Amino acid sequence: MAKITLDNLAHSYFPNPQSEDDFALKELNHDWEDGAAYALLGSSGCGKSTLLNIISGLLTPSQGRILFDGQDVTQAPTAERNIAQVFQFPVVYDTMSVHDNLAFPLRNRGRDETYVAERVQEISRMIGLDHMLHKKARGLTADAKQKISLGRGMVRKDVNALLFDEPLTVIDPHMKWELRTQLKKLHHDFGHTMIYVTHDQTEALTFADKVVVMYDGRVVQIGTPQELFERPEHTFVGYFIGSPGMNVIPARIDGNKAYVNGSYVELAQGYGDVSGKVEIGIRPEFAKLSQTDGLPVKVRRVEDVGRHKIIRAEFFGSDINIIAGEDDEIGADMNRVTFDPNHVNVYANDWRVQGQVAS
Amino acid sequence: MTLELRGVSKIVEGQTHIYPTDLTLEKGTMNVLLGPTLSGKTSLMRLMAGLDVPAAGQVVWNGQDVTGMRVQDRQVAMVYQQFINYPTMSVYDNIASPLRLMGVDRSEMDRRVTEAADLMKLTPMLSRKPLELSGGQQQRCALARALVKNAGLVLLDEPLANLDYKLREELRVEIPKIFEASGAIFVYATTEPEEALLLGGNVATIWQGRVTQFGSTPQVYRQPVDATTARVFSDPPMNFLQISKTGNRIMFGDGQSAAATGRIAELADGRYMAGFRPNHLEIGQHAADAMEFRTKLTVTELTGSETFVHLDHHGERWVGLVHGVQNLTLGDDLSVWLDPRHVYIFDQSGALVAPAAYAIAA
Repeated sequence: MAKITLDNLAHSYFPNPQSEDDFALKELNHDWEDGAAYALLGSSGCGKSTLLNIISGLLTPSQGRILFDGQDVTQAPTAERNIAQVFQFPVVYDTMSVHDNLAFPLRNRGRDETYVAERVQEISRMIGLDHMLHKKARGLTADAKQKISLGRGMVRKDVNALLFDEPLTVIDPHMKWELRTQLKKLHHDFGHTMIYVTHDQTEALTFADKVVVMYDGRVVQIGTPQELFERPEHTFVGYFIGSPGMNVIPARIDGNKAYVNGSYVELAQGYGDVSGKVEIGIRPEFAKLSQTDGLPVKVRRVEDVGRHKIIRAEFFGSDINIIAGEDDEIGADMNRVTFDPNHVNVYANDWRVQGQVAS
Repeated sequence: MTLELRGVSKIVEGQTHIYPTDLTLEKGTMNVLLGPTLSGKTSLMRLMAGLDVPAAGQVVWNGQDVTGMRVQDRQVAMVYQQFINYPTMSVYDNIASPLRLMGVDRSEMDRRVTEAADLMKLTPMLSRKPLELSGGQQQRCALARALVKNAGLVLLDEPLANLDYKLREELRVEIPKIFEASGAIFVYATTEPEEALLLGGNVATIWQGRVTQFGSTPQVYRQPVDATTARVFSDPPMNFLQISKTGNRIMFGDGQSAAATGRIAELADGRYMAGFRPNHLEIGQHAADAMEFRTKLTVTELTGSETFVHLDHHGERWVGLVHGVQNLTLGDDLSVWLDPRHVYIFDQSGALVAPAAYAIAA
């Protein structure tokens, strides 16, 4: 396992990039800690695959260096980087047995057969394929084939890092659970450095110790799931994480009050002068409908989505979403909303503004 | 306007893909076909569309038997998982193509294309080619082409599966609105329980070529008729516990027992299967009569506001979804509580014999 360092890294697909807009990946400095599980989260075109391809060596960056444990590998081809990769679609040798598929990376490196047999047994048990080791890969379901890909990715203990590029996209929801849980367990047991690319927030949050959120070629926040949920540093993080995402409402800040159309929302902290495009962000989980308290809101519809309800409403001309419990009654007279002051964040030009510590 | 399937089945090379199915879909309804890959969703849609002829049974449209009628002669529009557009035509011409085939006059065509493009937020892109659009816009173009026909039956086969998670979330909010504006019968196939819940309307749960239940979405979710339906309509999966009832006691796990209350008390003595959803497991006792289970924690996953706990209960694998960020140590013993109001009881064949009390009250 290795620590991976990105040093002044940037990439443009143009030969002579003129401005920042020409860069698919904007300048980035970051250390991927040895043995940690990271997720790289963002929508299509945000630069996450560009970054992964630079780490794996499929792409040479137009600027900066990449180091594995302090050693510069920027120009090294993929084969020399000693990494394992799992892709969106299963990559298996159809004519080989499950056993031989799993053994392939070890035999390729000339490991002796006793070790190979032992290791294949171990991995196959973990991915739940130990009962079909002698079956040919051909004819197996997509789920089983992707399990083989995952298993083959993890069969070598001596890799520098494991890279996953949307590995569960083709898998049904029920099986996703099982595979994700196994990956998580494998990481816990072996401590590989793992980087997992996805557009699916649930996969990213549940898999990773730290999630790297990318937007428009830039890393906008690196944080634990809790940090991303409670303190989104950028309105994009607030929007992208959470279903529905954070409510963003134009406001004017004065001390510890946020004014929206003449009425105000309490803030947990005081703020100095906040200028530019000023907004407050409140997650639907921290808004609550009420008959008596808070500010007026117009409820448009209530969606019963099983384990909770989503209330779609209008708040001083802005659309907002409110989450209520499965058993909560939503009466027609509930036309006010309150926000938990500890979870109202303030944004200026889309970036979160730090409040002053309450005196 | 109604679509009726009467004993419709499909057999391919001696293998039954769809067992005889009865289903009636009413005008102006959203109907979700929910089931895993290969359960028969697409087969059922192809039978509805007339792309395949059933092995037996009839397809009835507005009281008229259309079983053998060609798809071209029916009022059907279909959208697939893969975005299908004509790459050399502009977005406008893509949307207009079915109207050209129908021989609709110029001004009427213009009106309908403009309307559909507006609804799908494609107005600024009308002169572009599909490949100059993002994935979400390409699929919206395919959706607009399906809508512009004013077909009575609109079939959407996992239309959002190839899109980014967040885009999917946005289009899921849009699709019911579009459907409400159209008044057609919508049929929407998905593998995801959450998507079915967000779309609302009705749901038909499908498992191995059979429709296991059909009804309003919240009702099927809270009052599944059997364990299969409950399993298909739960993500994370429903948890199960083998119990045996003797007199006014139920026994489970490793010698634990509890009082049989409510509908469970009325059941005949014997072995049953208790089912409950992950979000109804709790850490800490919240209801006075909650039952305690001692489990071992195998994996935890944080979502930022909630924690998934994977548990081993005497060899049974459970998942709990609990509020807040829980910092727990893997491998530790963990007590979880369950309010009996949230428990479904199934007999050994999987049929529901006692619904969860909370679902009846709602």
